[in-house]
Amino acid sequence: MAVQDWQVVIGLEIHAQLSSKTKMFSSDSTEFGQEVNKNTSPTSLGLPGALPTINKKAVELGVKMGLALNCDIRKNFSFSRKNYFYPDLPKAYQISQHQDPVCEKGYLEIFFNGEFKKIAIERAHLEEDAGKSLHKEGATLVDFNRSGVPLLEIVSEAVLTSPKEAAEYSRQMRQLLLYTQVCDGNLQEGSMRCDCNISLCKPGEPWGTKVEIKNINSFKFIEKALDYEIKRQAKVLESGEKTVQETRLYDVKNNVTVSMRAKEDAHDYRYFPDPDLLSVCLEETDIQSWKKDLPELPIPKMQRFIKDYQLKPEDAFAIAQNQNFANFFEKVATQSKNFKSSYNWMVGDVLKYMNEEKKELKNLNFSSSQLAQLISLIDQEVISGKIAKLVFADMMKTGKDPEAIVEEKSLKQITDEKAILHFIEDSLKNFDKQLQEYRSGQTKLFGFFVGTTMKASEGKINPALLNKLLKQYLDK
Amino acid sequence: MPWINKSVYELKNALEKKEVTAVELSQSLLSHAKKHNKKINAIISFNPKLLDEAKDSDQRRATNTLKGELDGIPIVVKDMFCTKGLKTTAASKMLENFIPPYSSTVVKNLQNAGALLLGKANQDEFAMGGTNEYSYFGNCLNPWNTDYVAGGSSGGSAASVAGGFAPLALGTDTGGSVREPAHFCGVVGLKPTYGRLSRYGVISFASSLDQPGIMGKQVKDVALALQVSSSYDPKDATSANCEVPHFSKNITSNIKEKKIGLLLPENGVDKNIVEKFNAVKEILKEQGCKIVPVSFSYLSSVACVYHIIASSEASSNLARYDGVRYGYSADFSKKPAENLMDFYATSRAEAFGEEVKRRILLGTYVLSSGYYDAYYKKACQLRYLIAQEFKKILQSVDCILSPVSGGVALKVGANKDNLSKNYDHDWLTVGANLAGLPALSVPAGFSDKGLPIGLQLLSSHFQEQTILDVALNIEENLQTYKKKNSFCS
Repeated sequence: MAVQDWQVVIGLEIHAQLSSKTKMFSSDSTEFGQEVNKNTSPTSLGLPGALPTINKKAVELGVKMGLALNCDIRKNFSFSRKNYFYPDLPKAYQISQHQDPVCEKGYLEIFFNGEFKKIAIERAHLEEDAGKSLHKEGATLVDFNRSGVPLLEIVSEAVLTSPKEAAEYSRQMRQLLLYTQVCDGNLQEGSMRCDCNISLCKPGEPWGTKVEIKNINSFKFIEKALDYEIKRQAKVLESGEKTVQETRLYDVKNNVTVSMRAKEDAHDYRYFPDPDLLSVCLEETDIQSWKKDLPELPIPKMQRFIKDYQLKPEDAFAIAQNQNFANFFEKVATQSKNFKSSYNWMVGDVLKYMNEEKKELKNLNFSSSQLAQLISLIDQEVISGKIAKLVFADMMKTGKDPEAIVEEKSLKQITDEKAILHFIEDSLKNFDKQLQEYRSGQTKLFGFFVGTTMKASEGKINPALLNKLLKQYLDK
Repeated sequence: MPWINKSVYELKNALEKKEVTAVELSQSLLSHAKKHNKKINAIISFNPKLLDEAKDSDQRRATNTLKGELDGIPIVVKDMFCTKGLKTTAASKMLENFIPPYSSTVVKNLQNAGALLLGKANQDEFAMGGTNEYSYFGNCLNPWNTDYVAGGSSGGSAASVAGGFAPLALGTDTGGSVREPAHFCGVVGLKPTYGRLSRYGVISFASSLDQPGIMGKQVKDVALALQVSSSYDPKDATSANCEVPHFSKNITSNIKEKKIGLLLPENGVDKNIVEKFNAVKEILKEQGCKIVPVSFSYLSSVACVYHIIASSEASSNLARYDGVRYGYSADFSKKPAENLMDFYATSRAEAFGEEVKRRILLGTYVLSSGYYDAYYKKACQLRYLIAQEFKKILQSVDCILSPVSGGVALKVGANKDNLSKNYDHDWLTVGANLAGLPALSVPAGFSDKGLPIGLQLLSSHFQEQTILDVALNIEENLQTYKKKNSFCS
């Protein structure tokens, strides 16, 4: 049996760091990149007598994401202790949720392979992060800055069917987190980490044992790790062996997964409700107002763009990927009334410029209405598309209105037929030889005459008119 | 030693009238305490800055900038309360040299009112025990008779007050750890309503049961200290966000018309205690109280419920002592640790005492998969029923009078090897912790052998005033505090 003959099922656990300024159970800062152990207090260091208190903002962010994922929100929920010993876990338990997660039974709608698909979410619960062990010169040092940072763990059902789909699911989860401003989605800083569960079976047979690949922080690696794991498990199963339940890590360098620990030494976490905390009671009014706070989400926005701006699904999806970009596009489109052109400018020149200059939308020198103005100038044939590129380059630098730039540099299109004819005569008078050749049948010289005349006018002649008048002139 | 028997109010008065300065008062109590501590071992560490702090208090008095109600009054604090810069050990080898970088809220509240910290009191290790015989720093003995235990776990706090080291002490009460030693040592011991006093900075034993408590020579002193210590603390999620009544101003011994429920088990209570119980019953009748007998159907199971819940929480609360960041760390210089687990297990095995280990094991067991439902969950269900039963009784009476314990102070070593006896002996006190109710032990006299006897008063949530008033009435009628032990005469 080849790899493609196996059926694959994948479930993802995504840990998203909630964008709260303070930790889940203390008022320590969550600022990234601080000096080692600076963001700590008795609570996040697990000192004797220190107690946790619940960060209301983190609860709000968790609920908002739950709402965005179409989850049922539990109005009364509690925090539990997950007990295990580890050097980066200062209390020797993690405060998490066990029996009664705040969000349950939702779905993330993704656009994948040209189709919409709902991926079921089993639960999303609030918890705190651990510290970070650093191994240095034979010693292990622990940085507790991350200890207690608020996380939302989003657990999908095991319904993803390919590594590509799994990667796409996490990519679109990140978009949703960014849209709702629940998480900054910064993969380098560990704001989003992913554990993948995967198992294989032959069609019609029961699923094999599931294997977990822990702590992947890039979409590309999710796909690669799962690809490798499918090959590895297929090989094991082909040889008549069984896959063992275990936790594996993805080795980026060698593009393989390696076993971290077998489930034999699985923990008994002895979960029980954290007696230091009272259970949380959410008010329906709060939930409703948080729901109202939610912006239009990526998929609904994409669907609206298809309808309102006649974009192709793929184009609408590409634009809706980024909230600010989508909003910018929408302003340009509504003001210029030229949807196609707005789209082309946005994904072409604007994006290119942003990438080249490493600029974000909010730091652009020009506004959406200026870009709309530029598009209108083309549409009204005040300038040609070619000239527009020049005007755009100037806008990027100076932020001046395109109309002002056109005026200042006298870039207006020449549409006066007399004037154009004058240019033609003027430009062609030194090219008698070529004229001869043209008239004796070498018609491909036409382009040369267009170029020469255009050059003389610094590109300002209306191209359509130039073509028409030049033809008339040559065929006289 | 004119100051060692005085109540807080008498000392406040003397300070105000300039009969004594805070420095003189502190010096006098400190030298008394240091001398007698050799005999009863009530204090683990003395505060080296006491006299400097007393000097500051005198300075404030001279400039009329007193901090509050307790300015210049020395107090003793159980070694479960974190005190910034001063060793806090929980009477364990594990924290033998732990110096906290912060102070607990209750200690701060008392210091903000001007109280002076004389020293840190001995106790059972991590507050696990009822005799103060499970302390890494040795037994704490009873000032009334040093062949007997002071009780526990707040033995050092009770013995300090009874021995005249300080008029006030802080203890913690998880299953009777304030009330039982108060009863053994003949002082007033109050466990307030769960949530009345902040647990922030108090080393945790069992979070849902732990409550800081106040011990003093006299009821009014305890009322004043309760008022000063109470505050809503945003750092403790279980702290009660409610008004603090003016306990000291409102206190009255007029208890006419109060309804008192009598809870006297038929068996298991020493006849000396029954005698005092009946005497107090008569006093209350004379004072115009309505007396009704009440019964409590869960008396036989409260101790089991308590031990399952307390041990479960303790097993998790004490897991943080792993030798990594602070506290005891095993010496692996000769033979390196085999692995991480070896490092943890060795450090913990060497630093925890036998009773603490026992409870950690018990708690780990009852929480583990397959046993959780049979033990922990069952205990929680019973706990709810116990709370309901109290609620029902307290709907018909203002407070309940009962013994604190079945017996008076034990001889040192009496129960050392009798675990089941040890574990059952909290049966009359743990109910208040399981239901979060305020309860107090008030001195009611002495046994034939001259050992103190206290009785327990228990009331509804946040009704400390009721039990303080009844206790004040009993105190005024019996005047037990006037009897001195050899330490104080």
